Amino acid sequence: MANKTQYRQIPTSESQIKKRAKMNPLFRSEEITLCQMFIQPEAAYTSVSELGETGAVQFRDLNTEVNAFQRKFVSEVRRCDEMQRKIRYVEAELKKDGVKIRDCQEVPRAPNPREIIDLEAKLEKTENEIMELSQNAINLKTNYLELIELRHVLKKTQGFFYDENVISTEAMRNNMTQEDATGQGANQGRGRLGFIAGTIQRERVPAFERMLWRISRGNVFLRQAEMDETLEDPETGNTLYKTVFVAFFQGEELKNRIKKVCTGFHASLYPCPSANDEREEMLKGVLTRLEDLNMVLNQTQDHRSRVLHNVSKELPRWSIMVKKMKAIYHTMNLFNMDVTKKCLIGECWVPVLDLHKVQKALSDGSAAVGSTIPSFLNVIETNETKPTFNRTNKFTRGFQNLIDAYGVASYQEVNPALYTIITFPFLFGIMFGDLGHGFIMFAFGFWMVSGERKLGAKKSNNEIWNIFFGGRYIILLMGIFSMYTGFTYNDVFSKSMNIFGSKWRINYNESTIMSNPLLQLDPSSNDLMEGEIYPWGLDPIWQLGTNKIIFLNSYKMKLSIIFGVVHMIFGVCMSTVNHNFFRRRVYILLEFLPQIIFLVLLFAYMVFMMFFKWVLYNPKAIPPHSPGCAPSVLIMFINMMLFKKSPPLHGCNEYMFTDQELLQKIFVFIGLLCIPWMLLGKPLYIMCTRKNNNKVHNGHNGDVNQAMEMTPETPEELAPAAHSESHGHEEEPLSEIFIHQAIHTIEYVLSTVSHTASYLRLWALSLAHAQLSEVLWNMVLALGLKSDDPIKGPIMITIMFAAWACFTLAILVMMEGLSAFLHTLRLHWVEFMSKFYEGLGYVFQPFSFKLILDETDE
Amino acid sequence: MRFCGPKLSLCGLIISVWGIIQLLLMGVFYYIHSVALIEDLPIEEHYHTAEEFYAAADRAYRQNALNCWIAALIYVVTLAISTWQFYANQRASSVN
Repeated sequence: MANKTQYRQIPTSESQIKKRAKMNPLFRSEEITLCQMFIQPEAAYTSVSELGETGAVQFRDLNTEVNAFQRKFVSEVRRCDEMQRKIRYVEAELKKDGVKIRDCQEVPRAPNPREIIDLEAKLEKTENEIMELSQNAINLKTNYLELIELRHVLKKTQGFFYDENVISTEAMRNNMTQEDATGQGANQGRGRLGFIAGTIQRERVPAFERMLWRISRGNVFLRQAEMDETLEDPETGNTLYKTVFVAFFQGEELKNRIKKVCTGFHASLYPCPSANDEREEMLKGVLTRLEDLNMVLNQTQDHRSRVLHNVSKELPRWSIMVKKMKAIYHTMNLFNMDVTKKCLIGECWVPVLDLHKVQKALSDGSAAVGSTIPSFLNVIETNETKPTFNRTNKFTRGFQNLIDAYGVASYQEVNPALYTIITFPFLFGIMFGDLGHGFIMFAFGFWMVSGERKLGAKKSNNEIWNIFFGGRYIILLMGIFSMYTGFTYNDVFSKSMNIFGSKWRINYNESTIMSNPLLQLDPSSNDLMEGEIYPWGLDPIWQLGTNKIIFLNSYKMKLSIIFGVVHMIFGVCMSTVNHNFFRRRVYILLEFLPQIIFLVLLFAYMVFMMFFKWVLYNPKAIPPHSPGCAPSVLIMFINMMLFKKSPPLHGCNEYMFTDQELLQKIFVFIGLLCIPWMLLGKPLYIMCTRKNNNKVHNGHNGDVNQAMEMTPETPEELAPAAHSESHGHEEEPLSEIFIHQAIHTIEYVLSTVSHTASYLRLWALSLAHAQLSEVLWNMVLALGLKSDDPIKGPIMITIMFAAWACFTLAILVMMEGLSAFLHTLRLHWVEFMSKFYEGLGYVFQPFSFKLILDETDE
Repeated sequence: MRFCGPKLSLCGLIISVWGIIQLLLMGVFYYIHSVALIEDLPIEEHYHTAEEFYAAADRAYRQNALNCWIAALIYVVTLAISTWQFYANQRASSVN
């Protein structure tokens, strides 16, 4: 019965789903419910597989107290591990042979039980085949190596024996008859001298030599020659450098000792006949055997590469299938077994919009195994904090990541990412304002966006590239906005464009111009065209002015404060959406209202005064409104806060309008009143509601009890929920609430000042950027432009342009861009989001094959 | 024949394209006596008469316009070399 009543909550009707889907998915995280699913054991595997394909469900572990080895599907997971091991082995073999593994075009589904057995058998077979092949190859190669070494030994010893003959005959000449010149004498000599031939690794030769010298007290004669051919270790595939040696000695005793040394040094000994003819014959035999072996080796290599190529086509598919399978069993390990062992019970978080997809996946899963009893899904009420899930697309993902990097939004909290899409590139543009640099950034972003399918397909391990590519839409928008602000600042690589024609005229006569290094243009005279202003942005004449920076500083500082205050007011206003949504409407009165009043009366008033000053004073007006009389807004603001006065200049007014002083005093007074309002409002309200709540609560409990007697089924679930909710509040003592609120209030009041000042970074970075680009132009590119020589000139321009271009990219676009990006990020995280964002949620991590496969790829 | 790596040739390619576009435009701006570029002219700080100054400035503007266009032509050459190297590198990498 209870199940049935809850079942109704799933929004199955089309209109309901449409209504929910219509809400902007970025506005706040999606509604998520806790569900219980009951699955028939035989349908479990296919159902979970279907769910993995949809990727809309986050399972909760119901067996937290059970360790990984005691779970139900351990043996299946082990099987998957074993298969993965085999796949890794085959992969390693493929890599060893340099066979490329092609990505598979279509991702296969998880294998069904029959396919699993097939797959396992195939993997087993492949592994055995490859193992056998490599074992055979190793054996063959060992043989081959030995033969090669023998060949070398035979060839090299030729020389040794020849030398030996000479030596021994010379030695014999002294004490033996001189009739037999070579042949017999040598034979006799050899009869007494024994020898051992073999090969040894080259790095061991010196030690080997010394050892032989020591054990024989210098009675062993060692000849050696380096092999010019490099050999390959059959087992590891490493290259080997070896040396052929022959040790001559006298006596059986010494022979044994030498043999021991040889085994100690891992020298391989080869039988080597002493007679020349025998050696030659042996060499011939070795050569023919080598040829045969070579052929066999080639054939095995061919066979091996054929097998590997066949495997390489199948391997990615298998790998994905096994990964999916393993993920399924891991998920099934999170499930609980019903007491009767008739069904598996799983708990999961599901976005409400995806409920129908999940139900379809479950029914598909049951249908796949022909199960007669359907699996079903129950929505259950819970007080636990739900995961945060923002459905993003490729455009919004980058912006959402910026926000998530600060902290994942609390469940259903207002999501700043939506506004960040515009405010982030805009604030960035204010700092990075240059049409040229903006265009470079835009071109880079556009290239990434237009080729995103191609670029995204080749997965790169370059972390920096991945960051850029992930933020391609941010870069694109940042480029566009920088171009816009650059156009407004009239800056293209620090040069101005005179598109609409400067509205200033020079009325000085020739002699004045010739005799004065600097001249001033007076806006009150007809130097400035009457009633005309440059239609958009900065008049290009400022580029030639020496007071350009002074003018721009004042302008950009005011601009930053204006944007900052607007941004912050917007942030504070967003908190009403949260208060409203979470049914804490009273906090709009207790928190939002004093906050916004404080901000508006003090800081928005300052912004208003900036505009008012711009409007009120103009160069052609008479004294109270002439430029000289305009008061500094900053000084005025400080005086307002401190109730001070500064004496005006002669003929000017201290205030811009009548009753300004009174108005300011009222504003400051109301602003100060807001502080105790913020400080005490919320704690006092909580104190009052608790007193009332206790009374109401008792009565309410009684009601429920009465109701329960009459209709026992329905409210049973409601009662504990209400209980725990009120308990949750009571756990926090009142003193702590007061302290929290005090901290919160102090933080807010101080932050209005510090955050407003913090927005000045917009001006500071914009100034730095403009100055740096001007310096770069004057120091580098101008060098090329100023050379007078008709031959040297173009070459200088070419070289200097390349240098200037590189510096522009490295310093102005990359470095300055990064710094402006970080400052923008800070303005959003600290100055904007602190006004309303909690960020205490945890992210919704659906069980999705796509995510699992992407993760393991990296 | 390859003498530039793939990265160097790509860098050369980009700078050449950028150089051609910007230097062509700058040449045009010098040609039409753009005031914004007056600080980058090879002229003296001081002249005795206005006519002298105008003459010098005119000459310098023309000279610089020409210089910029010649530099753009040099970049056409480097563009050709970098393109050739770039494709040579690509072919080499696709063969391997």
